[in-house]
Amino acid sequence: MSVTLDIRLKRANKVYHEGEVVAGVIVLVCKEPLQHHGISLSMEGLVSLQLSSKSVGVFEAFYNSVKPIQLISSNIEVAKAGKVPGGKTEIPFEFPLHTKGNKVLYETYHGVFVNIQYTIRCDMKRSLLAKDLSRNCEFIVHCQPQKVKVVPTPVNFTITPDTLQNIRERSLLPKFLIRGHLDATNCVISQPLTGEVVVENSDVPIKSIELQLVRVETCGCAEGYARDATEIQNIQIAEGDVCHGLAIPIYMVFPRLFTCPTLETTNFKVEFEVNIVIVLHDDHLITENFPLKLCRV
Amino acid sequence: MAAVQWRSRGRNYEAELQRCHPEVVPVDFGDYHPLKPIMVTDTKTRRGARKGSTSSSSSSSSSAPPDPLSSMLDGTDPLSMFAAASASETPAMSHSDLGRKRREKEDELVGPDFEPWPAKRGEILARFTTTEKLSINLFMGSDKGKAPGPGSSAVSEKVRTRLEELDDLEEGSQRELLNLSQQDYANRIEELNQSLKEAWASDQKVKALKIVIQCSKLLSDTSVIQFYPSKFVLITDILDTFGRLVYDRIWTMCDTALIRCSVTWRPPSSDSFTVEDVNDTAKETCLNWFFKIASIRELLPRLYVEAAILKCNRFLNKTGIQETLTRLTAMIRGIGDPLVAAYARAYLCRIGMEVAPHLKDSLNCNFFDLLGTFQQISGESVRNQLVQQRVEVPEYLTLYSPAISWILQCIAYRAPEPLLTEMMERCKKLGNNALLLNSVMRAFRPEFVAARATDFIAMIKECDEAGFPKHLLFGSLGRSLACADPPESERLTILNEAWKVITKVRSPQDYVNCAEIWVEFTCRNFTKREVNTVLADIIKHMTPDRAFEDAYPQLQSVIRKILTYFHDFSVLFSMERFLPFLDMFQKDSVRVEVCRSIMEVFIKHQVEFTRDPVILNAMLHICKTMHDSVNALTLEDEKRSLALLIIGFIRMVSFGRDFEQQLSFCVEARATFCNLEPVLVQLIHMVNQLAMETRRVMRGSHSRKTASFVRACAAYSYITIPSLSSIFSRLSLYLLSGQVALANQCLSQADAFLKAAVSILPEVPRSISVEGKLRSSESFLLDFISNFLATLLVVPDHPEHGVLYLVRGLLNMVQDYTWEDNSDAKVRVYISALPLLAAMSQETYLYSIPKVDSNETLYGGDPKFLSELNKLCDTLIGQILDHLKALGRDENTRRQGALAFSLFAVLLAHGDLRNNKLSQLAINLWNLSHKHGYCETRISVRTLDYIKHQAQQPDMAHLSDTIQRLALQSRT
Repeated sequence: MSVTLDIRLKRANKVYHEGEVVAGVIVLVCKEPLQHHGISLSMEGLVSLQLSSKSVGVFEAFYNSVKPIQLISSNIEVAKAGKVPGGKTEIPFEFPLHTKGNKVLYETYHGVFVNIQYTIRCDMKRSLLAKDLSRNCEFIVHCQPQKVKVVPTPVNFTITPDTLQNIRERSLLPKFLIRGHLDATNCVISQPLTGEVVVENSDVPIKSIELQLVRVETCGCAEGYARDATEIQNIQIAEGDVCHGLAIPIYMVFPRLFTCPTLETTNFKVEFEVNIVIVLHDDHLITENFPLKLCRV
Repeated sequence: MAAVQWRSRGRNYEAELQRCHPEVVPVDFGDYHPLKPIMVTDTKTRRGARKGSTSSSSSSSSSAPPDPLSSMLDGTDPLSMFAAASASETPAMSHSDLGRKRREKEDELVGPDFEPWPAKRGEILARFTTTEKLSINLFMGSDKGKAPGPGSSAVSEKVRTRLEELDDLEEGSQRELLNLSQQDYANRIEELNQSLKEAWASDQKVKALKIVIQCSKLLSDTSVIQFYPSKFVLITDILDTFGRLVYDRIWTMCDTALIRCSVTWRPPSSDSFTVEDVNDTAKETCLNWFFKIASIRELLPRLYVEAAILKCNRFLNKTGIQETLTRLTAMIRGIGDPLVAAYARAYLCRIGMEVAPHLKDSLNCNFFDLLGTFQQISGESVRNQLVQQRVEVPEYLTLYSPAISWILQCIAYRAPEPLLTEMMERCKKLGNNALLLNSVMRAFRPEFVAARATDFIAMIKECDEAGFPKHLLFGSLGRSLACADPPESERLTILNEAWKVITKVRSPQDYVNCAEIWVEFTCRNFTKREVNTVLADIIKHMTPDRAFEDAYPQLQSVIRKILTYFHDFSVLFSMERFLPFLDMFQKDSVRVEVCRSIMEVFIKHQVEFTRDPVILNAMLHICKTMHDSVNALTLEDEKRSLALLIIGFIRMVSFGRDFEQQLSFCVEARATFCNLEPVLVQLIHMVNQLAMETRRVMRGSHSRKTASFVRACAAYSYITIPSLSSIFSRLSLYLLSGQVALANQCLSQADAFLKAAVSILPEVPRSISVEGKLRSSESFLLDFISNFLATLLVVPDHPEHGVLYLVRGLLNMVQDYTWEDNSDAKVRVYISALPLLAAMSQETYLYSIPKVDSNETLYGGDPKFLSELNKLCDTLIGQILDHLKALGRDENTRRQGALAFSLFAVLLAHGDLRNNKLSQLAINLWNLSHKHGYCETRISVRTLDYIKHQAQQPDMAHLSDTIQRLALQSRT
């Protein structure tokens, strides 16, 4: 006898804000009437932190996972022990998204060392002979729009061999002059990162120009804190020896889930940076780094 | 049965004719037409009137089924309804709000005058080919060491696991296919296209996306650069498929109500919805696609795939398409390779034209960016690449032309004049780049180019020769001028300037390609003098080393173009160089084809008869060429069509009153076209007609001169006919020519014709092939003999031969002819000879030829002559009765009955039934025919009615006795 248990949220995009109501239905499909020992539903919001093996030792990283921080939690008993009739049964439910005390609902974020996740879990207890059924469903929380007006703070940049730091032999470097600007370093998360880059001249042909989006996650713990920068995505904006003097657009959409408004709390931080990477034909790699501040309006 | 004594019934044809005439009722022609569907409502009075007219009476009894063709078209036919609808729509460009709305709508739509992509597709595939080995490099798994695609995680858990499975399945399944021939390559791409569809159908959207990404990645590979345009075509096919699949899927996710509503109005997946109509699920799916694509690492796939699903922006917001187009246009700047970038632009323009033809800005942007990056073509990296691949610069440049032409075509489509002028100025600024100029001339409206032809010529002159040969530029210019006329005053200068360059082109192939184009311009705007000069120049270029041998298609096209503009053949042939030009076609098949096309135009456009010696000579020459191409291997159809063309020419030749000249033309034509029988037949007809025409002019009485002329005509026919192989054309022509000779009082000639016809009768085969099938010749022969007999009535007996020499001769031939076994044909001939003999025994003949004395006058009813006739009849009847008896023995009662009945009919009509024996014979025949009940009762009844009717006539009272003895067997 097959039973399927499913949770369907009312909103197709599953995005909710604090103070709203998460509404949906539990869908039960079974061919025959189904005996059960109770159906319960729970909603939970968690921040799970992990220390990277780089900052602390391997073992510590394994053991010392920082205790997750619970942001929100609630339970409902949907049905007492009884029977569900055969066919398709839909049981509607609602959870208000209200925090207790002064806790804030952070925005959903999937990272490497920091994860902020909201789930709804439905459990159906059954007799000893049949396995209990359960179903998880993630929903997405967007934090309230920022009240303060965002100042875009554009930035211009010029890259020449002289502006570079962290190089071994400056004399071996070919000559080049690359200029450009980012329209904003204070970015609205729902809008793309834009700007322009112009290759004014370059002795060695250019192989590729890329935009590298990087997250910087900081976890505080007893021994201090761990700070790690990892790549989220790398987008090529120019391929081959591009025309000199022609403005090439910088354009990157911030990926959903993997980015969130820049977050700073007592226990952890999530920040973002963008690197403009220029690869020359002789495989020289030139990187220019820009910290970003993301926010939601 | 004892021999019967034939007596012919005396006939008074005048009186009979009088009796037969019903009173004449004028036919109302406004109402009546023989081809009009016959209405049953027509009353009897009408019917009488119709009998008086020449129409066949059989049609009057038909119950008038409505003509299926006209009834189909009853009401308006669907096609013209559409046409009418669109016609009424288009001119409404005038005042009022409605008008403007409509105009806006028109602007949006791409009309039929826009040459669509599929038309270019095949051309590009055929043009850009390679023999080099190609390779496909596909990484189907996600690249190792790369962060997992973030976009894909936005989809549900289920999809993510599936994605992982897929990754596992194909992780690192990097496939590199090397050493592919061009065909293999195309096949592989088609396979990918198929697997894309399969993946989509089996809900593996991620795999589908991967395939598309990998394919578009191939476009960044410019190894084997000659093949790049074709590669572009193949791969964009896949992208198109993908775009369609995504769009259709999201469309089906939309509200079903929306779909239903649009189904009633327009075909599904049409564009008639607004953003508000789209539900959240569809929007979310659509967004997912865009997020997924936005995270594609490489520039080129991201660009192409987003362009492919550009249309899906409709589901999200109103301005999405415009914004995306602008963004993608800017994004192309990041592509370093100019060729790759040009094609990416072409693709974007194409998608833009399909999805949002009203957004011209991004098109223009694309073009300006293209101009901006033009310097790269001569850049170092390109040069290195060309050296590496051993490709010459001119060849490399032509690789651009499809892309640039397409972009320009999109821009130029219904573009305002100032924009085009601006484009031209910009091109000029770029140092008159030849490649660009070429594309401009090809893409812009011919009228636009034509109006500035002088400017263009100046620009062409200024461009540097390097890379792009000038004759190609002039070719493009010529193509525009062939469709639109430049200002009157500049035309001659243009031609001179252009030809100055063209004539200097060294390679005959290049020369003829260009010259062919300019011939049209010359023909359009100038007289024969200029065209003649051009022809002379072409001859001069193409003759050395027999260069024309490689240029037949172009030379043929030259002829075709001249023929479209010069319909007056006297002008055409007065061009000195026209015939020498024709001489360049030395390959038989081509030459005949050219002659054929000339003939076709001649037949179509020569409406007046001609006697112009120039035309005649030239045409004879051309026709002779066609005729001489006929050999033993020529197909029957080919011969027929050639003969038709030649006949078409011969029919147009007329020397007016100069009959002798006409005859001598016929003599010449006969000598020239002796291998094509239909032509000979036509010539004989023509000469016969000539004779009759002479007779008409002389009003029936020939002078000595004309008499000898018509004799000459007869001689012509007499000599020509034997050379025909078809026996029936010979027979009928002998008969016809005999009749013509008789009409022209050439008695001995007529005699000779008829004698010849009789003498070849035994040669008639028993079966002939009609339209490829073997058929019995019997019915043809019977027809001919009946016709022949009818003519014999007026042919006077030859003084040196016996009485009824020709009739006897014919009957002897019939007697000796080996008829088919078991056939009644011979007897049928005998039966049909009886009316002739009866007619001959009348005092006045039914018809006669003016100025020719028939037997009636020769013998003047001489009893000896009459008894001779009767004897002959007796013999015939004897023969017929013998045959009837034989049939009776063989139990062929049906045939016996039918024959007996027809003999009865003859007796009734022509025999004198006052004679007891004859009347007894008639009664016997009647009984015989009814004995076995095969006779159709209706006919019998009608026959009886007729006899009753006849019996009331004076002198026919005896028939009432006979009728008493005729019983209707079937009724008893």
